[in-house]
Amino acid sequence: MTETDILLSIRGLTKAYPGVVANDGVSLDILRGEVHALLGENGAGKSTLVKMIYGLVKPDSGEMVLNGAPFAPAEPQAARASGVAMVFQHFSLFDALNVAENIALGMADPPKMRDLAQRIREVSEQYGLPLDPDRLVGNLSAGERQRVEIVRCLLQDPKLLIMDEPTSVLTPQEVEILFATLRKLSAEGTSILYISHKLEEIRTLCDEATILRLGKKVATCVPRDTTARDMAELMVGAELHVPERAGKLPGPVRLAVNRLNIASPAQFGTSLKDIDFEVRGGEVLGLAGVAGNGQDELLAALSGEMLSSAEMVSFDGREIGNLGPTARRRMGLLSAPEERLGHAAAPDMSLTENALLTGVEREGLERHGFLYWGKARDFAEAIIKRFDVRTPGTENAARSLSGGNLQKFVIGREVMQRPGVLVVNQPTWGVDAAAAAVIRQALLDLAEGGTAVIVISQDLDELMEVSDRFAALNEGRLSTVVPAKGLSVEQIGLMMGGAHGMEVAHV
Amino acid sequence: MLRLEKRRQPSRGWAWATPLLAVLATLVFGGLLFAALGKDPLVALQTIFYDPLLGEHAFFYRPQLLVKAAPLILIATGLSLGFRAGIWNIGAEGQYIIGAICGAGCGLAFYPMEGWFIFPLMVICGALGGFLWAMIPALLKVRFGTNEILVSLMLVYVAEQLLASVSLGLLKNPQGFGFPGSRNLQQYDSAHNAEIFAGTGMHWGVATALIAVIFGYILLNRHLLGFHIRLTGEAPRAARFAGVIPARLVVFCLGVGGALAGLAGLFEVSGPAGQVSIDFNAGYGFTAIIVAFLGRLHPVGILLAGLLMALTYIGGEIAQSTLGLPAAAIQVFQGMLLFFLLAVDVLTNYRLRFGGRVKA
Repeated sequence: MTETDILLSIRGLTKAYPGVVANDGVSLDILRGEVHALLGENGAGKSTLVKMIYGLVKPDSGEMVLNGAPFAPAEPQAARASGVAMVFQHFSLFDALNVAENIALGMADPPKMRDLAQRIREVSEQYGLPLDPDRLVGNLSAGERQRVEIVRCLLQDPKLLIMDEPTSVLTPQEVEILFATLRKLSAEGTSILYISHKLEEIRTLCDEATILRLGKKVATCVPRDTTARDMAELMVGAELHVPERAGKLPGPVRLAVNRLNIASPAQFGTSLKDIDFEVRGGEVLGLAGVAGNGQDELLAALSGEMLSSAEMVSFDGREIGNLGPTARRRMGLLSAPEERLGHAAAPDMSLTENALLTGVEREGLERHGFLYWGKARDFAEAIIKRFDVRTPGTENAARSLSGGNLQKFVIGREVMQRPGVLVVNQPTWGVDAAAAAVIRQALLDLAEGGTAVIVISQDLDELMEVSDRFAALNEGRLSTVVPAKGLSVEQIGLMMGGAHGMEVAHV
Repeated sequence: MLRLEKRRQPSRGWAWATPLLAVLATLVFGGLLFAALGKDPLVALQTIFYDPLLGEHAFFYRPQLLVKAAPLILIATGLSLGFRAGIWNIGAEGQYIIGAICGAGCGLAFYPMEGWFIFPLMVICGALGGFLWAMIPALLKVRFGTNEILVSLMLVYVAEQLLASVSLGLLKNPQGFGFPGSRNLQQYDSAHNAEIFAGTGMHWGVATALIAVIFGYILLNRHLLGFHIRLTGEAPRAARFAGVIPARLVVFCLGVGGALAGLAGLFEVSGPAGQVSIDFNAGYGFTAIIVAFLGRLHPVGILLAGLLMALTYIGGEIAQSTLGLPAAAIQVFQGMLLFFLLAVDVLTNYRLRFGGRVKA
């Protein structure tokens, strides 16, 4: 490796936030045309590192060299000017504008709309990313939205493209399209810094991997020659505990959904159409789907936040479609939504208050409306203890917890209430591997005890691990429910809707 | 360099310290304001804050303090419930006026009959009047999704027109020599909100305000409904997830706010004011908004803030008459209090950092 092969060289980057050192003397080299993986659990410091490269965060110490010249971007504008582009995990697009308009908004000096549309077409064809510049972003799938972000970056002709967990919103087929594009880019000499915690992906795509743990670089490896298990153990720093379960015959039907139709209250939300399924006590039903295909709406329809006709949802044979969350909770139908802060928990309220939020009925935390704060505190304490939630105490605000710890709390809160049916959406999203294992094991233990568990998730590995039966949501419709055992990735991909409308073009 | 750094959680200490800091800053800058107007700032501040409590004529002003503070506390307590839940009732002034009209109207309907039941009946009518007036924005919001800020505010001006109309028409004193305004309820024993203990300023409105504070405290801190109110304000989606029905909460918060404002109006019209007249309303409904925020939307805080606000009113009037300070200067002074409070509020959620960046 000679000096000129190195595009970006990072030496001893350090960034500290109050109470935590996000990056501690991290060094790495990215070669020209290399697909370089940045691997680590949540909170390992991946995001901070790329934010420093992209000029969003200023390092406390350390230096970067780009193309042989010192590189210290003060803002993303400067980073972009030097040829660094980034596709974020969360898109910043306007639903009500079309693709070309969205791209023009991000440009310092946008060309005429017609020329821009032409260039978008050229770039999207060149790299096999089918995209129509005239379509309204609000009508695009998550995969298509991501293409908008990628094309936006490619128009700048970047030397380094940073991708933050790009596949979390894609179907397997869309992942294939994306990988083909990335390989093409790398063949043309563009370097790619690829952040993920999906190990198999990294093994198929990346040339080199840097592994971070607790802010420090702990290892580098060549992903192709390293097993996923070894990489995972490097990430976690301990041996992984894989959930296990004993096969058991399913019990009676606990929850039945019959031709559920609900229009989404949100303008660009997904309406649920003719959803039919049932879950039995003791089984786990896994529902896959790309984000935005009705997951939030289905959870709301089951939790009681969205009401339907009574007969559309039955719990233990009782029609409950028209009952609100409180009545359903009392019967034993509990749920945990995807969004932790602001939906499952109130950010500025204490853990005691958040324990009360859903626990008040089943845990007997009130009488004639008067609250037993002592009991609520004990309940919060019990959740913290059983699920190993890392926090100084029950009186801390929910938002002071890290994502993984809050998720343990939110799931634990429902699990501890001995639900008859538990519905969870993205139970381990953004949670580190160890915590995710704890959560999955708790869900499996619940099923073991006769609870019917519905896991809605975008993480296929997770679903394969916990599900007895499996189905996928696609544009508000549910596929046929099939046994999870023996499903191939291709079959799952087709259930999830294939490559969303368009074919792989001109790769 | 000065930087703001978000705290991991709101500081409890600062939540209580900021009102004091705001009062302190108001004293300093208010003093500068009075100095700029050519008055001795220390004398001016002494006139406003010291004289009404401990000065030579304090025996006269102290009861006034309760009389002025009671409606502010009563209204602000009701408003704070809504504000906690993110329901913005800006129209307490209107609910206050309608409460006074309904209550006084009920009393005057019995004139000149005497009976123990008349005053309690007036209290009920006053509360009901305020409640119904607040139901207009509440039901419009629930049914059609209108903005309660606009509707409740606009209804203040409607209420003012109604007040003028009844003063000149329906409730006009037949023996009033053609002057606008109703009979004086102070001279109608069964309808008079007299002092419970003579000379203390302690009338039934003061007692009700104290009861409202206690109930507000219990509701917000010990009751599920109060928890849901706070939850709705903090995280509306989480509240729906918890089973809160937003429409019911809107009706409850606006209803309670309206009823308490109506009560305040009734106690005022049947006591200190005495009669329904064109300029009966004195802006208590608007000032109560400041009181509610100054008291951090906390019942006990509101109690203290109401007393403080009343003090600036009374002290301000004394300063006007003895020092010749313009009325506008007093209003600026009161306004400063709110602005400083809002400004220093940032310290509750953020930490100030001086100098360069933090070293690891």
